[in-house]
Amino acid sequence: MSHATIVTPTPEGGFQPHTVAHHFKTAEQEFQAAKFAFWLFLVTEVMLFGGLFAAYIYYHGFYPKSFQAGGSLLDWRLGALNTMFLLTSSWTMANGVRCSQLSRRKEMVVWLWWTVVLAGGFMVVKYFEYSGKFHHGIFPFTQVWHPEGHYGEVLAGVAFPKLFFNIYFTMTGIHGLHVLVGMIAIGWLIWRGGQGRFHSGWYIPVDLIGLYWHVVDLIWIFLFPLLYLVP
Amino acid sequence: MTTHAPAHEIPTVEGRREPDYLRVTKGFMSWVTTLDHKRIGLMYLFGVTLAFIVGGIFAMLLRAHLWNPGPDGQMFSPQDYNQLFTLHGAFMVFAFIIPAIPGSIANFALPLLIGAPDVALPKLNLASFYLWLFGTVLLSYSAITNGLDTGWTFYTPWSLKSQTAVLSAGLGVFVIGFSSIFTGLNFLVTMHKMRARGMGWFQMPLFCWAIYASSVLQVLATPVLGITVALLAFEHIYHIGVFDPAEGGDPVLFQHFFWFYSHPAVYIMILPGMGIISEVVSTHSRRPLFGYKLLAFSSIAIAVISFLVWGHHMYTSGQSEFAMQAFSFLTVLVAIPTAIKMWSWVATIWGGSIALTAPMLYAIAFLVIFTIGGLTGVYLAALAIDIHLHDTYFVVAHFHAVMMGSTAIAFFAGVHHWWPKMFGRMYNEKLASIAAIVILTGFMVTFLPQFEMGSQGMPRRYATYSEQWVGYHRASTVGAMILGAGFALMVGYLLHSLIAGRKAKPNEWGGVTLDWKCPTPPNLYNFDDEPIAGKLYDYGPTLKR
Repeated sequence: MSHATIVTPTPEGGFQPHTVAHHFKTAEQEFQAAKFAFWLFLVTEVMLFGGLFAAYIYYHGFYPKSFQAGGSLLDWRLGALNTMFLLTSSWTMANGVRCSQLSRRKEMVVWLWWTVVLAGGFMVVKYFEYSGKFHHGIFPFTQVWHPEGHYGEVLAGVAFPKLFFNIYFTMTGIHGLHVLVGMIAIGWLIWRGGQGRFHSGWYIPVDLIGLYWHVVDLIWIFLFPLLYLVP
Repeated sequence: MTTHAPAHEIPTVEGRREPDYLRVTKGFMSWVTTLDHKRIGLMYLFGVTLAFIVGGIFAMLLRAHLWNPGPDGQMFSPQDYNQLFTLHGAFMVFAFIIPAIPGSIANFALPLLIGAPDVALPKLNLASFYLWLFGTVLLSYSAITNGLDTGWTFYTPWSLKSQTAVLSAGLGVFVIGFSSIFTGLNFLVTMHKMRARGMGWFQMPLFCWAIYASSVLQVLATPVLGITVALLAFEHIYHIGVFDPAEGGDPVLFQHFFWFYSHPAVYIMILPGMGIISEVVSTHSRRPLFGYKLLAFSSIAIAVISFLVWGHHMYTSGQSEFAMQAFSFLTVLVAIPTAIKMWSWVATIWGGSIALTAPMLYAIAFLVIFTIGGLTGVYLAALAIDIHLHDTYFVVAHFHAVMMGSTAIAFFAGVHHWWPKMFGRMYNEKLASIAAIVILTGFMVTFLPQFEMGSQGMPRRYATYSEQWVGYHRASTVGAMILGAGFALMVGYLLHSLIAGRKAKPNEWGGVTLDWKCPTPPNLYNFDDEPIAGKLYDYGPTLKR
């Protein structure tokens, strides 16, 4: 039963062939299996964030005024800027996937670089948002709680304002972690792509990490209005 | 002479074309780095058996503690007793029952049953074994260092205040959760993309349908456990407030989260067992399964309904009356697909050519105990009755009837059924039959008194009890020791068979599914030639009445 199938790349030079794993009959079967497995993985990501969204909704029902007050202290303009960054990065990622399917190696690497840069922009904005909160005496995950100035006025008199900020930091923190993982994965694609690993005969890693990136984007599209706009 | 002879002309090894998977490579490293689903299955089998023994020792210790009503004359302090039942629960649920059948039996048999050379993602398969191992090591570390006294459910706010090793145990559960997700994901992909030529969805053996249903649950429900345990850890370390009433959080939310995973999880535990029973009753009574499609769809129905019933664990935790009635109704619905399964199995055996082999005896024990476990489940689903029975030994006995008496016994049925295929050796059938009967007896003696005590109001998790239940508790303790003896006997003759057992026949039970059509033990990539699926459960015309 053992055999080795080799997927030969397109004639354009500089690509490396792909060997189909021993237990698959064809490259098509391997491709289908990897893709289905990855979709299932993305389902688990959605369920994981689903728990956090459920916690958000639950406590929003408990303390609507606290969520309103807390949310009003988040800058929707920065959130909107980040939404733009991620949406654009999804577009550049999709272009990268397209180029890998067409064996356009150099263009693919350029599109992937753009994706990393936009993701980096997202993280920089997030950094400024977080440090702004620290600056005003709102530290996540600590017992330190002394909102200053304007923050103190807005949060005075509402029940458990810390809870809102801890949920905000947990949700955006875990999402930010996913953005970082995505940046590393895309960096790996740039490295391997530069070696000519991905071409019309074998582009599944680019395809799958692209899917992951769109899900990270999609989760942000839900986080942004819930945290910045709904309150 | 040409050196390129076709495969079938290559000299054979003991009448085989290729060496079997146990002998194809040698040495410790060839096992711990293997990507072969069968070897990973055997490593799981070894590992979960150790976890079962550890959990079993905890069980026997806590039963011994309850010999006297206390507080004088008991073996342990109440604090130690709390740790014993917690560790018993945590080991049995997370390190044994959840991974037992998917990790060992399904890993070994599923690719064979669908005629595949391996699972779809062999590296992920090995990774999920090591995740299980790491998580179990963390659980053991917690047991050895500070212990754990929260119950296996980690309910807040106690789990936030307890001085025991909640964090390391929680991390262990988190890691084992990922192992479970990867296993389920792997099987789903394998069944979707790796079935043999000619095998449509409805030519899949029913074990595969059961694994399919439980895998869906593993993939969908376990991430919620992951985020729940993560939030619990954040709460524990940083006091973020989500589960702590002092910070505005709600402990009931923890219960919702926990049971949103853990109710589907009990079906993650039982569905694979039901799948094993389907294969065993068909093979050992030599009849095609009665109501194939009903059995297949009832697995799926159980999986779907199981997501909508978690609130029945929380009838006394504070929910709206409407929610409780809805949860009660939905829970009773589970009885329908479950009863369909029972009837189908019995109807399969009816009129069959029954061989009372060891696997069949375990399967019959399953049918008896699962009837008890299933019917008492309907009692507990009923809202009014459950308010009375909540947190009593009735619940303990019900849970053990479906987990220990059904899942664990189905697991042993599977181990006995596929043992000759796994090792090419046969155990002593007479001892195996005796062990099956001892275990069935032990179960009844242990848990029937618990049903009765529970209905009289004996609360679960109490280190001491009042005089009126001395007799029941002592009977239960004796039963636990009988169970321990039965399991010890089983481990003994199974190990003995590896050294001195007779050589198994190529098709020990005369099975007709694809797993019996590859060499015994299988090749590294299972089959000599690519298998083609024919008619399922085709035992031939001579058996028609």
